[in-house]
Amino acid sequence: MIELKNLTKSFDGRNVVENVSFSFYKGKTNLVIGESGSGKTTLLKMMVGLYQPNNGSVLYDGRDFTALSEHEKQGVRKEIGMLFQGGALFDSMTLEQNVKFPLDMFTQMTEAEKVDRVNFCLEKVKLMDKNALYPSELSGGMKKRAALARAIANSPNYLFCDEPNSGLDPKTSIVIDALISDITHEFNITTVIITHDMNSVMEIGENVMFIHQGQNWWTGTKDEILKTNNKELYDFVFASEFIKKVYKEKV
Amino acid sequence: MKPLYHLGRYFLLMMRVFSKPEKFSIYFRQIIYEINSLGTGSLGLISIISVFMGGVITIQSAYNFTSPFIPLYAVGLGTRESIVLEFSPTIISLILAGKVGSNIASEIGTMRISEQIDALEIMGINSASYLILPKVLAAMFINPFLIIISMFLGVLGGYLMGVSTGACTSYEYIYGIQSFFIPFNVYYSLTKTVVFAFIITSVSAYHGYYTSGGALEVGQASTKSVVYNSILILIANLIITQIMLV
Ligand SMILES: Nc1ncnc2c1ncn2[C@@H]1O[C@H](COP(=O)(O)OP(=O)(O)OP(=O)(O)O)[C@@H](O)[C@H]1O
Ligand SMILES: [Mg+2]
Repeated sequence: MIELKNLTKSFDGRNVVENVSFSFYKGKTNLVIGESGSGKTTLLKMMVGLYQPNNGSVLYDGRDFTALSEHEKQGVRKEIGMLFQGGALFDSMTLEQNVKFPLDMFTQMTEAEKVDRVNFCLEKVKLMDKNALYPSELSGGMKKRAALARAIANSPNYLFCDEPNSGLDPKTSIVIDALISDITHEFNITTVIITHDMNSVMEIGENVMFIHQGQNWWTGTKDEILKTNNKELYDFVFASEFIKKVYKEKV
Repeated sequence: MKPLYHLGRYFLLMMRVFSKPEKFSIYFRQIIYEINSLGTGSLGLISIISVFMGGVITIQSAYNFTSPFIPLYAVGLGTRESIVLEFSPTIISLILAGKVGSNIASEIGTMRISEQIDALEIMGINSASYLILPKVLAAMFINPFLIIISMFLGVLGGYLMGVSTGACTSYEYIYGIQSFFIPFNVYYSLTKTVVFAFIITSVSAYHGYYTSGGALEVGQASTKSVVYNSILILIANLIITQIMLV
């Protein structure tokens, strides 16, 4: 479980994330949704310590991450897998080397075991036989999937995904959502997913926080979202006339 | 205020760079890789420059030694001393500051803006040490070899040019480069080289590591690293020369 307590971050005197408290549960797919620019990535970067919060704390299963020394933080980070919004694959390495990198760094596996694990992860994201390609030779969606393979390579306890299916076609999107959801339940890990894809929300939104202008505006589950009368959330969810129509017809 | 800020941040970065590595085998692999790319990657350029500069130094020496009191073997002697003391260690290091320095700054800068450095940090890796230490150690190891090759080729270029233009005879040149040889001068040169190698790699890495923004800033970091490298090399050259030769 990851708990946020009164997290606040400001850039140039402007609060980008303001007093956010929330709990992300173990074995559940926890979603953070919100408009572009509402502070989702900033929130995530504070959680993993890339940004120092101006105020508040982040607890990893009770361990106060914000209070740890740089060295102690490294210990917690070895349990984290993260998918960056832009992928952040290492340009100088092939796909296989990218996914193998955390294994090289932190495990005592033999070479054969590592290659097995890499192939297993690449198969999960449907990138088998692409081992020898460099990131520059991949499409945008393939980079995303490769980055997800790297994030799960070392069996993390905490998985963070910043828009895992932006840039993917609807079919691959569903596969990726299902994959993240499976991993979360199968290995009982704490997963935090940032998204503005309503399809994902409806598929895997077990515990959702809607963030608006940097604040925790609404929390609930995917079923509660559809019945909401919170104006900002309603505007966000039913931004498309099409969805509105489909939902009305269903009800 | 600004210089002190950079100086402080540079030393803090170096403290992270020289902290205990996570896994020696991986660092070792990186060092070998960097030796190959920094060393063999610059060999061609250095060879060409050294041969030509050696030739020019020889012709200029012969041109200036018109007095009948100066024996012609002084041409060889003068060429050797110029190359060993100053041309190879300092000028070649300045050239490497441009070539290798801008390369390192833009490589690390690009990793910074595309969040690859953040990705390393999230994995629990000391990114400063992982990215910078192998480059620093590799350059400090391989640059002295490059400089020795440059010295040899410079003296050879002088011979080829001197003899073919008739500036001096083959015998005089060879006699000249063997006369009054002081081994300490080579030691002094190589000491400079190692210090310059440290400056080139660490200063460029510093500029790349603290890039923020986009492609524009990566370009600026690369330019800045070459400017700072050159100035710092000249200052270090003065200090080391004062300490070791006077
Ligand atoms: N390093 C920074 N310096 C200054 N301002 C920043 C910085 N990072 C983000 N911001 C500002 O913070 C706000 C929130 O940005 P953030 O990246 O968290 O949005 P987001 O919710 O992830 O949006 P998106 O869905 O488009 O990715 C934006 O207005 C942005 O301009
Ligand atoms: Mg974002």
